[in-house]
Amino acid sequence: MNLPAVAIVGLGATEFSKNSGRSEMQLACEAAHAAVQDSGLTGSDIDGMATFSMDNNWEIEIHRQIGGQELRFFARTEFGGGGALGPFAHAVSAIQTGQCQAAIIYRAMNERSGLRFGSGEIMNMNTLNPDMIHFSHYFPTGFMTPAAWIAMCTRRYMHKYGATSEDFGRIAVSMRDFAASNPAAFFYQQPLTLEQHQQSKLIADPLRLFDCCQESDGAVAFVVTSLERARDLPNTPVEIASVRQCAVPASRQITPFYHADIAHFPEFDALSCDLFRRADTAPNELDFACLYDHFTPAILPQLEAFGFCAPGEAADFVKDGHISRGGKLPVNTNGGQLGEAYIHGLNGIAEVVRQMRGTSANQLERSDQALVTAGAGVPTGAAILRKQA
Amino acid sequence: MNTALSDLEQAIEPLRKRYIGQRVGPYLAWNKVSRTQIWQWCAAMGDTHPEYLGGETAIAPPTMLQSWTFRDVHGDYAPGSTDQNTYEVLGKLDELGYFGSVAVSYDQQYLEYLHEGDHVHSFSTISDISALKNTALGTGCFVTELAEYFRQDKTLIGTATITYLKYQPNQTSTGAPPSSPRKIERIRPVENTDSQHYWQGLRDGKLLIQQCSDCDVSRHPPQPMCEACQSINWHTVESTRRGKIYSFTSIHHPEIPPFDSPNCIVLVDLDEGVRIAAQITGVKYDELKIGMPVRANIVEVQKGLSLPIFEVEQ
Repeated sequence: MNLPAVAIVGLGATEFSKNSGRSEMQLACEAAHAAVQDSGLTGSDIDGMATFSMDNNWEIEIHRQIGGQELRFFARTEFGGGGALGPFAHAVSAIQTGQCQAAIIYRAMNERSGLRFGSGEIMNMNTLNPDMIHFSHYFPTGFMTPAAWIAMCTRRYMHKYGATSEDFGRIAVSMRDFAASNPAAFFYQQPLTLEQHQQSKLIADPLRLFDCCQESDGAVAFVVTSLERARDLPNTPVEIASVRQCAVPASRQITPFYHADIAHFPEFDALSCDLFRRADTAPNELDFACLYDHFTPAILPQLEAFGFCAPGEAADFVKDGHISRGGKLPVNTNGGQLGEAYIHGLNGIAEVVRQMRGTSANQLERSDQALVTAGAGVPTGAAILRKQA
Repeated sequence: MNTALSDLEQAIEPLRKRYIGQRVGPYLAWNKVSRTQIWQWCAAMGDTHPEYLGGETAIAPPTMLQSWTFRDVHGDYAPGSTDQNTYEVLGKLDELGYFGSVAVSYDQQYLEYLHEGDHVHSFSTISDISALKNTALGTGCFVTELAEYFRQDKTLIGTATITYLKYQPNQTSTGAPPSSPRKIERIRPVENTDSQHYWQGLRDGKLLIQQCSDCDVSRHPPQPMCEACQSINWHTVESTRRGKIYSFTSIHHPEIPPFDSPNCIVLVDLDEGVRIAAQITGVKYDELKIGMPVRANIVEVQKGLSLPIFEVEQ
């Protein structure tokens, strides 16, 4: 079956901060409106909306305010950051099958000035809420922060391959190096040394402060439409060459404790080959990647799952500088969620779009094809994006 | 009346002897009855009766009775008032543990109108301190005060009978005073039909693991259907609570009350073949190791909530 290609044609974002001073709805509208303007379309061209859970803004509210008329497609994916590529998968399908013609994908949150994810206060006490039923096996023990949950996987990775806290530190240093030259980043002009990383306080052993992304206020939005239509629009089209979601039987909502081996994220292992096959490409043909870095150690199994290095070799791959400035697979050239902001993966996708348009603050010489991933340790997704002439 | 209550009664009896019938006063009004105050009251209450402000001399609405001799924000009465405190008895009851306070009735009787220029004073008498009663708020007694209001010519213009309940708040009472902040507790699990057996088992001192009745595969956390054979028939087996540490972390930051910091959490592969997340105590966080043999005790961590808490097996 030969389906029509779909591309990202519009990008909008607010500034990233620790206190936006405005509502999440306003952030969403500002980013969505900017994305529409950037795309060369108008609000009335938008007939699809897609986001992922933990966003508090309803699709119809944003659609009305940006000047939308009839909304023909709306979809929301579960599992927080793990759902970051769900809206792309759904918008692509909807456009390919003619359910809608142009869709906005968005994320807008006051995650720092509002409810903080890392505070141990993520809870909905409604007893019928599936989150509460699920988290009942963890919250009563105080095991209630994402850092603590992911630390369990990190511990197994260390046990299996002998990775150390310094290996994680080198990831933080690399991301912060990119952030230091990205004016939009929290950590603009604030590089990090390995020594500073090693001296930072323990959050959830073995994770230290600088292993953790920062809760952020901000919004990012995209406009996607068919590649055919994209060719008539002003921006370089960024084709969604393949996109895939994945959960396996032992997958759980951010408590990935029941896989036979939790050193890896089995969802990425499961989707990787199919993702490359459907984009008709291979790991060594990619120019760069934006990998979900809520915590530094999450980068290592991802590098292995997508075939950039063999299992257990990711720490050396990082140590050899391959993911850093000038490396053969620069990772998170915006500074990542560790260095730029934590917009649940969408700011990484925005960086891919900028790289392919040639407008990144850390512009690569070659940036034609990239991998992006959604949250690790949850049912998740990944995509390969490709620059089109 | 039971004996315990009778002992408590004994403690209150001296207060009855001392305060009942003691009439204190006068308490003077800060201001003479004035058109301005009457206007304010009528405007606030929405009372448009023409008698009050319509004539040559304004007449005060009778319901203003209590307001004339109100204390100011500092609790002071107008100059010339007595230094004696009608409410001393309430303080004495506080000291006996009946620190809960709620007004339960207030009846007024109006005898004469007040006119512009009148100057009010009042006297107050504790008329009754009831026997102790068990109420929904807690055990306590009803204290009744009679206030009498007079014009400057000593004509009685009205009375007010006010009853307070002074009580010792029940533990579960919603009437607890704000001075006893609620203790921060652990979040309680949701118990639904799929998981209730697990939490009840813990309350009974047992760690129950779900097992498929058709294919014998064990599973945890609880779920209604066996993922191996799709059977919905299941039973539980009581765990030996023994196993080995599969992974661990210690939570240092943020500190989450009421938990200790660091709070050590382990994933344990139980001998029954399932993995469970729980706290571990009695070991320093930097001494934890993958593979350590551990055993759980079932601990009632707060009323009605029991959890398995591991310790290193010697």
